[in-house]
Amino acid sequence: MGIEVVVEGLTKSFGRQNIWRDVSLTLPAGEVSVMLGPSGTGKTVFLKSLIGLLKPEKGRVLINGVDMVNSPERDIYETRKLFGLMFQDGALFGSLSLFDNIAFPLREHTRKKESEIRRIVMERIEVVGLLGAEGKLPGEISGGMRKRAGLARALVLDPQIILCDEPDSGLDPVRTAYLSQLLIDLNAQIDATMLIVTHNLDIAATVPDNMGMLFRRELVTFGPREVLLTSDEPVVSQFLGGRREGPIGMSEEKDAATLAAEANTATPAAARVIVPQLEPSPGLPPRRAVARRRERVMSMIDTLPPAARSAIRETYARDAGAVTVTAPVAGSGA
Amino acid sequence: MITGALRETGRLFALAAEVGRAVFRRPFQFREFTEQFWFVASVTILPAALVSIPFGAVIALQVGSLTQQLGAQSFTGGASVLAVVQQASPLIVALLIAGAGGSAICADLGSRTIREELDAMEVMGVSPVQRLVVPRVLAAMGVAVLLNGLVSVVGILGGYFFNVVMQGGTPGAYLSSFSALAQLPDLYVSELKALVFGFIAGIVAAYRGLNPRGGPKGVGDAVNQSVVITFLLLFFVNMVMTAVYLQIVPPKGG
Repeated sequence: MGIEVVVEGLTKSFGRQNIWRDVSLTLPAGEVSVMLGPSGTGKTVFLKSLIGLLKPEKGRVLINGVDMVNSPERDIYETRKLFGLMFQDGALFGSLSLFDNIAFPLREHTRKKESEIRRIVMERIEVVGLLGAEGKLPGEISGGMRKRAGLARALVLDPQIILCDEPDSGLDPVRTAYLSQLLIDLNAQIDATMLIVTHNLDIAATVPDNMGMLFRRELVTFGPREVLLTSDEPVVSQFLGGRREGPIGMSEEKDAATLAAEANTATPAAARVIVPQLEPSPGLPPRRAVARRRERVMSMIDTLPPAARSAIRETYARDAGAVTVTAPVAGSGA
Repeated sequence: MITGALRETGRLFALAAEVGRAVFRRPFQFREFTEQFWFVASVTILPAALVSIPFGAVIALQVGSLTQQLGAQSFTGGASVLAVVQQASPLIVALLIAGAGGSAICADLGSRTIREELDAMEVMGVSPVQRLVVPRVLAAMGVAVLLNGLVSVVGILGGYFFNVVMQGGTPGAYLSSFSALAQLPDLYVSELKALVFGFIAGIVAAYRGLNPRGGPKGVGDAVNQSVVITFLLLFFVNMVMTAVYLQIVPPKGG
């Protein structure tokens, strides 16, 4: 089972520029979470802070009792072995072939025989659909392939926590859909805690159990997916609708005058629909996180906003009905 | 401005200390070390030999002309040999290790840093200092020591040739003044200097390579700065080491 990640009061600045402040959230063990946010809101910085590559000035990131911000370097290195991080453009070693890249963590951290390393690596290569390309250098393959190779390398040590930095950027919609399915299948197979940082709305709508959003140096919300998907917070609805009307501007954020002018001319937003979450591919075990999440969400349901509450009840009622109805109705109004 | 410079200096020293600790951490990256050693040696041997011949000659000619005017021509050998072994040779080595080896190390580490390869390595729980920097620094030090021997020999031969053949000096006087003035500690300090210069060149190159500023252009700037910073440090350290050596080791002729 995956490991819970607890973030408490994290604040990060570069020089005088504050990136975000006082971010607190818990990634529940084994569940899939998504962090949304417009470009340039420090999503990647957040990811790198979780794993201890960047040091926030304030706050803690607790994993198995180790604080990734302040603990001794040795503990942090040990704890990092629990992680798999998929970098935005793969971050493969340019001088090694794909096979050697993916085998690198195994050769560093295990005493496995070369034949066994070969078996594991080829298995992962098959999972991400790169069979036949294992002898190529990272410079010789496309960006999408590099990304998938980066994912294979992140998976090779059977991590307990998987972090994905914009898994969709540079991929076409079809490949993005395959990747979404791959992530869900992975979660079903290894039950790892996952955090996906993205601004892709398809991934956000179909993959996660939990969602959060960063904007204006703050964590806007973090909680069960229904909370964000039904939220009437202007930032959230603008982002999820992909519209120009709202607080998010081209540069950073809009001033009050532009906002007021917009309010008169804006077309009303289309009603948002909660799309059902992806299921693991047929033949795979069910995701163990689903039952845990259900219990967790039901126990906190009275603290959630009413819209989210009814959406959650509806989802679970539908799931109960879906046993008999093979083709579930595609979402219901929020 | 001043705090910035102090911070950079502090981080440079911190890296040096970290490298010092990581040298003894297992597993030692033997393969990386061999590759880097071979690489640094291959880019420095030929230029070092080619530079040291004219350098030995220049010292021989200059000192020869001076000693001729003073009427002490029989001491030419000793003087030029001491200058070559103690000063010229470690400095030639240092310039080549920094200019040819250090710049390549800096460019390599810098491009890996901006491609996030080093971040990826750290995420996988592998220390880039132990894995990449230590073998490079050790390679720079090892090559510097060996290269120093080569440059000393070639420089002395060059000086001998120019003194005896061009200036009409006598081979016997050259050799006897050599053994009259030179002593083994001269060679020791020369090799020690080469070792220290190799360390400095490796550390500065690695430091600038690990901290490039702003994309591919930053890597170019980092390479440039690493060579300049190394030169400045080397000449300063050379001055200190020479002064200390002259104080603690009594001259043989005196």
